[in-house]
Formats: sequence, structure tokens, C-alpha cells
Amino acid sequence: MNVTIAVFLALFVFVALLGLFGSRWRAGDLSQLHEWGLGGRSFGTLITWFLLGGDLYTAYTFIAVPALMFGAGASGFFAVPYAALMYPLLFMAFPRLWSVAHRHGYITAADFVRGRFGHRGLALAIAVTGLVAVMPYIALQLVGMQVVIAALGLAWRIALPMMGNVSMPLLAAFFVLAAFTYTSGLRGTALIAVVKDILVYITVLAAIIIIPSELGGYGKIFAAVPPSQVLLPPAPDHSLGAGFAYATLALGSLLALFLYPHSVTGLLSSSSRHVIRRNAIVLPAYSVALALIALLGYMAMAAGVKDMPEYAAGFKSFGNNFAVPALFLHMFPHWFAGFAFAAIAIGALMPASIMAIACGNLFTRNIYKDFINPNCSPQAEARMAKIVAFAAKLGALFFVLELQTTYAIQLQLLGGIWICQTVPAVLLALYVRLDPRALLAGWAAGVGLGTWMVASLAFKSSTYPLHVLGWTVPCYAAVSALLVNLLVSWLGTVILRATVGTPTKDETVAADYA
Amino acid sequence: MFEDKPRRGERSRERERPIKRFHPVYLTLLIPYAFWIWVPFYNRIDPQLFGIPFFYWYQICGIFLTALCIVPVYYHQEGRGK
Repeated sequence: MNVTIAVFLALFVFVALLGLFGSRWRAGDLSQLHEWGLGGRSFGTLITWFLLGGDLYTAYTFIAVPALMFGAGASGFFAVPYAALMYPLLFMAFPRLWSVAHRHGYITAADFVRGRFGHRGLALAIAVTGLVAVMPYIALQLVGMQVVIAALGLAWRIALPMMGNVSMPLLAAFFVLAAFTYTSGLRGTALIAVVKDILVYITVLAAIIIIPSELGGYGKIFAAVPPSQVLLPPAPDHSLGAGFAYATLALGSLLALFLYPHSVTGLLSSSSRHVIRRNAIVLPAYSVALALIALLGYMAMAAGVKDMPEYAAGFKSFGNNFAVPALFLHMFPHWFAGFAFAAIAIGALMPASIMAIACGNLFTRNIYKDFINPNCSPQAEARMAKIVAFAAKLGALFFVLELQTTYAIQLQLLGGIWICQTVPAVLLALYVRLDPRALLAGWAAGVGLGTWMVASLAFKSSTYPLHVLGWTVPCYAAVSALLVNLLVSWLGTVILRATVGTPTKDETVAADYA
Repeated sequence: MFEDKPRRGERSRERERPIKRFHPVYLTLLIPYAFWIWVPFYNRIDPQLFGIPFFYWYQICGIFLTALCIVPVYYHQEGRGK
């Protein structure tokens, strides 16, 4: 065990120093928001590949997706079509966002909405949606960190005023995260991303070679999965069944993913639209890794880690999220378990940093500058963003320590549904300009309906069964809410154009998008 | 003189739009979606590959297919200097 911890700590300290050094890498004037919060829009194809790879495939993904397979079987594999089919969309739509953002100096999706529609209310709605959706995501990264710390058996605790007994390693990781984000901004994050992704690829490669050979091949692994879970259950009479839920989960998730604030931050930090297009071709490499990681859930079943007394405490605290750490401890040599845990922990640190930076960018640009202090200097703007990024992380830490993890998971579930409701005002707006008032109404309808559907399922699931013409249609709530949202936005636009007319306050022109 | 031209607001903006012609190469981007849309087709065990049920290896192959389908569109666009 001591070897495990030593390897883990050595890698962690190395990454912390690298993050702090990041401010000097391709040095820019970090008192400017686009330098601190977008890395000066300077990242080429390779760095963007590492950065987006680390940003989109987070530590929580690497723990939660196999945990879902471990608990629910085949339905958890929707992450694979999701992680593949988002790339044609990225390829077609998001170079347009990059171009218009570059032309007008936009840093966030809400910046674009304000410029495109000249409507402060709609821009605020988009900014708040992003902030609320990304906060629980940061909290879940810290949960991923907690799982690793527990698996390492680091039990040192410290009593803090107001927060009670706090895990020392978690606190240390938090300060590392806060320090390098503050000093280096997105540059530090990008450097860490390179290390993180190399660690992840080595771990995945080792896992899919070592573990199946020890367990006696993939045939044995799939034989250990309960037969009812290997495939999606067949549809009952007059129901579209689990297959439809599977497809809509993938669709809703892929529509939302690139609209998350941290994705937008990652995309806009690239140096040209060509970088984004090339990355749409090379990023699926991570999706292959994700698919293999998903299968780790089945390997954990086959290894039987759940019934081993030494992991009982971990499963009790973290549920199925402990499946992958337990599998690594059981299967890998001590030193390599430390290596793998470092990959997960650094994989939590790095996206948490981008998410916090995205929060800083959003709050400063779209709330502070638009509503509180319109005349603030560029230096004040950057300073504000750094402070907000710190506050966002502190909030996430508090969330993890004080509230139950289930709240973070439920909020993240809702966050995906909410983000999906920004599709008409952001993604669609790259092509079509509907009326901002109608879009705001559509957004409200979508968010309200989506929240109501998930609440009526007691926040346990996001697949709401609709009843249409005597058929049961189990549909991801984000997708059904988005349909209502689109309908309201479109009908509203038609009615407003026919009656009061639509004033045009669009500061962008068609050529900006090319 | 150009300066004498009256500004026409929205209409003239519309005309700045570069003339786009639809090229059939863009249809390749629909292939991955077609690959995945009909779940009952791949929700089956056989044929297996190295002991892996069809449901899993079919979808893993789909990831490679998706990346490959973007390539021709990429070269088409780069060729036009976009």
C-alpha cells in the first residue's frame, strides 16, 4: 500500500508544480481576461486535443460510466453513441461559433447570445443556466477525488471551524487546484491535461490487456454479467422500450455537451477553426478509451470485488462508484494502482480547473459586466474572474463536504437537461435567428417542464415515460423538453413577427460565421 | 461612387452571405447517425467477436466509422480554402 501512495503522491506533486509553472508557458498578459481565461486563444491542434480530451472525459466520467455498467448493465453503454455522434455536430456547427467569437471577442456562449440577439434577459438566462449546470459538475470532480483518496486509504483528517472533520488530502488537492488556476489560468490547465491524458491512456491500455487475461478472456467477463443486463430489455407491448430511451439519452447528451461552459471555454481557446475541425476527427480516440473504460464495470463484476470484505467499506460509502478503484486495487501491482489513481485524481483536478475558469468567465462577462459594473477595466474584469473561479471551487468543496453526494448527482442530472434547453438560443442561433422573446419563453418552458418531469420521478431517473396514442414512449427528459422549447420558440417567433414585428439588434453578419 | 449608395440594412447584409452550393459529400456525416438510430438492429448477442457480444463491438466499431466519415468532408472544405 505504501508503494501505491508514494507513486500517487510523486505524480501529484509533479503535476502541481507543472500547473504553477504554466503561467510562464507561452507567457501572455494574464491581467487580460482572454489571456487568463482562454489561454490567449493560442492552442494548436495537439494541445487542443489534450485540453478538450481532458475537459470532456473527466474523472467522474471514468468512475461513473463503469459504475453505471456495473449497476445497470447495457443501458450504461449509451455513453458510447453519445461520445461518437457528438463529433459530426462539433465538426459542422462549432467552427461557426469559433469564428463569430473570434470576430467579436466573445468569451462565453452568453456573450454570443447578447451580440446575436441584443437581448440582455436572454443572455442572462443562458449565463445562469451555464453557471447552475457546471457547479455540481465541479462538485462531482471532487467526489471522484474522494473515491480515490478512500481507495488509497488516506484517512488523515483535520477539524476545521464550520466544516467539521475534513479529509486532509482532499483539502490539499483543493488548494493545489485553486493555486494553479489562479496563477496560470487556462495555460496551467492545458499543461496538466497533457500529463493527465498520457496517464489515462497508459492506464486504459494496461487495464484492457492485464485484467481480461487474468480473468480468463472477454468470454468469461461477459458470462459473469447477469443475462438480463447484457442487452437492453426487449420492449413490452405498446411501448417503444429501453431502446428508445437509449437513443434519446445519447441524442440529448450529445446536443448539450458542447454547450456546457467548460466545453465552450475549451473550444474558444483554440487558435483557429481548422483546429476544431481537425479535433473532430482525432478526439474520437478518447471515445474508444471511454468504451473500454465502460467495460471495466463488467470486469469488476467478473472479478467479484463487491463481495470482498476489504472493499466493503468503500462500497458502503461510495456505492457502485467504488467498483473501478476496487478493481484496480485487486488486479494491479501496488505501484501501478498508484499510477492509475493518480490518473483519476489528476483527471479530476484538470476539468475542475477549466470548469471554475468557465464560471469565472461567465459571471464576470455576463453578470458582473452586463448588470453590475459596465465600465470596469480589462484588469478589473480579469481579477473578478479569478476571484469567482476561486469562489466556485470553494462552493463545490462545501457542497461535497456538507451535503450528500446524491444531491450533486441529481443536480448534475438536472444540469444536463437545463443545458439542453440552450440549444435554440445558442446552437440553432448559429444558423437561424428566432425572436429573442420567444426564445426566452421557450427556454423557460423547457427548463420548467424538464425539471418537473425529473422531479416527478423523484430525481431517480431522467427517462420520463410519455403516453402517446396508447403507446408508452420512454424518452430522455432533456429531449422531450427541448421539443416543447423549440415549438414555443418557433410559434412565438411566427406570432411576434406577424403582430408586433421583431426589432433587429444583431451585431453579427453572415460573413462572421464563415 | 460607392459612398452614394443608400444603406439598405437587412437586405444588403443578406447579400454578404457567400454563395453556398450543397455538395453531396456532406451526406457522409449522416452515416454515423444512421448507424446508431435503429437500436433493435444491434441489441443482440450474436455474432460475437473475441467473446464480446455484438451490441458492444458493433458500437465500438461505430466510433471509428464516425471519425472516418468526417475525413472526406474535412478535405472537401480544406480544398475550398474555408
